[in-house]
Amino acid sequence: MMARLRLNRAAAHALLIGGALLMAYPLIWMAVSSFRPPFELGDPSLSVHRPTLANFAQGWTALGPPFLRFFLNSTLLCALAVAGNLFSCTLAAFAFARLRFALRRLWFALMLGTILLPFHVTIVPQYVLFHQLGWINTLLPLVVPKFLAVDAFFVFLLVQFIRTVPRELDEAAEIDGCGSFRLFYLIILPLVVPALATTAVFTFIWTWNDFFAQLLYLNGIDSFTVPVALRAFLDTTGVQQPGQLFAMSVLALVPTFGFFLAFQRLLLEGISTTGLRG
Amino acid sequence: MEAAETPASVRTIRKGRLTRTRLARDLRRNLTAYVFLLPWLAGFFGLTLGPMLASLFLSFTKFDLLSDPRWVGTRNYLALLQDERWWNSVRVTFTYVGLEVPLKLAFALAVATLLNQGLRAMPLYRAVYYIPSLLGGSVAVAILWRQVFGQDGVVNTILHLLGVAHPPIWIVDPNYALYTLVLLGVWQFGSPMVIFLAGLRQIPRELYEAAVVDGAGRFQRFLRITLPLLTPLVFFNMVLQLISSFHAFTPAFIISNGTGGPVDRTLFYTLYLYQRGFASLRMGYASAMAWVLLVFVALFTGLAFATQRYWVFYQDRQG
Repeated sequence: MMARLRLNRAAAHALLIGGALLMAYPLIWMAVSSFRPPFELGDPSLSVHRPTLANFAQGWTALGPPFLRFFLNSTLLCALAVAGNLFSCTLAAFAFARLRFALRRLWFALMLGTILLPFHVTIVPQYVLFHQLGWINTLLPLVVPKFLAVDAFFVFLLVQFIRTVPRELDEAAEIDGCGSFRLFYLIILPLVVPALATTAVFTFIWTWNDFFAQLLYLNGIDSFTVPVALRAFLDTTGVQQPGQLFAMSVLALVPTFGFFLAFQRLLLEGISTTGLRG
Repeated sequence: MEAAETPASVRTIRKGRLTRTRLARDLRRNLTAYVFLLPWLAGFFGLTLGPMLASLFLSFTKFDLLSDPRWVGTRNYLALLQDERWWNSVRVTFTYVGLEVPLKLAFALAVATLLNQGLRAMPLYRAVYYIPSLLGGSVAVAILWRQVFGQDGVVNTILHLLGVAHPPIWIVDPNYALYTLVLLGVWQFGSPMVIFLAGLRQIPRELYEAAVVDGAGRFQRFLRITLPLLTPLVFFNMVLQLISSFHAFTPAFIISNGTGGPVDRTLFYTLYLYQRGFASLRMGYASAMAWVLLVFVALFTGLAFATQRYWVFYQDRQG
């Protein structure tokens, strides 16, 4: 029995290690390949004979403006998106979770409904609107919706978290003469910091990875974010210079990867408790 | 006892004052709540409901952004039905969703079950399996996939080494292109896996111990205990993945250079919508497409919710 159990364990480990290698191989290979000289690029092994930084150096300026520009644009966009979601989603979530007001159930149901709504049914009129406002080629069409809690998913996430805070605290605060606003930022917000962090990290990663909206609204090279710049690179010289394209792609993945390493527990718990898609 | 007997007139005045103060309090409470709700409400009306109704209207017009929309009745919808490329995009999307979602969930469940044996290295494995689902939707990974399954890509180099003389060029071969995208989707099974893993850890050990005493084998235990208790999470993951799978855009766009090729075999619904609406500026047509997509997604999620009671087992509803 013990021997069989040990054998089972060994088999499970073997299977899991094999699977993990297979899963991680493409990413590791990409990272390794970005250090390869051009003629070695097709090499499926994970070792480099003559490692070089040429891909990074040449890829960095391949589009004209250095990639630094695109990284700064992406960073600014993500920072504003995080600020927007934290601001608007916490306000709405606090109202839904803690305040009593007319039509609460109706608004709540509508808010949940928008989570399931395909964004395509709003994209054309939104584009027309932002076009008329003269916002094309600025970050505004990508940022303003965040300040208006359009990512209803995070409202729902925060509602669920706020509901776990005992109501006795509200009552005690009320007796002490605390109004709704002070209750919100003195009592509730400090208690849901993990949920705020989850919201911030996921907003950052999703905005960093998002492509459709950025492709739609950013079409001058100076306003490009990293994904749009990578696509432009692919369209122009990237096919002839796959090494450089790879180097820039690897750099594009670094922030997400770094965030994962730094906030691993938060991310995995965020998913486990709320079912956030990755 | 005359003092206790308050005259009727005084009573009504007090009652009136009472209702008035209550009214004021209600008003203030509502006002406060709506101040909190204001950003969301503005977003809901200005960026969701308003645009939704506008796109419904536009779907009955011919509109190219430069001139005013012109009413054409149901012509866009009828044109969809005549449009070979539209039918094709529906076929491609349904094939993709039909393959990607079940495979992804199956892998997620299988690996989660393997991981849930109290292995000490579990967090490490979990991290490695999870990472692709964080990175996978990006342009950078789509570029990677293009290379891996491309002409002189890694897959073919390996196949050459294994003695396969003429392997297909996966991303440009009409027979395989779509499946490379399915594979890219399935590779990202990490996030449903983490959800399953959390669910598995909540199943009480005693259930398994009792089953072992009753002589149930490993497979029996999985089938009779694990699976039924996990059905709420299977359902939850299924709905989430269905929706995100219908939305898939980036990989098809990057791998096919925005064309949906080879011969439209990766022309996802969302990609075709983008081409019509924003490349050819046929925004009325694109709006009609968006509304049909909404109907598809609503039908599928509706179906999932309707069949729920036949196969999803909620512990708190039982007995």
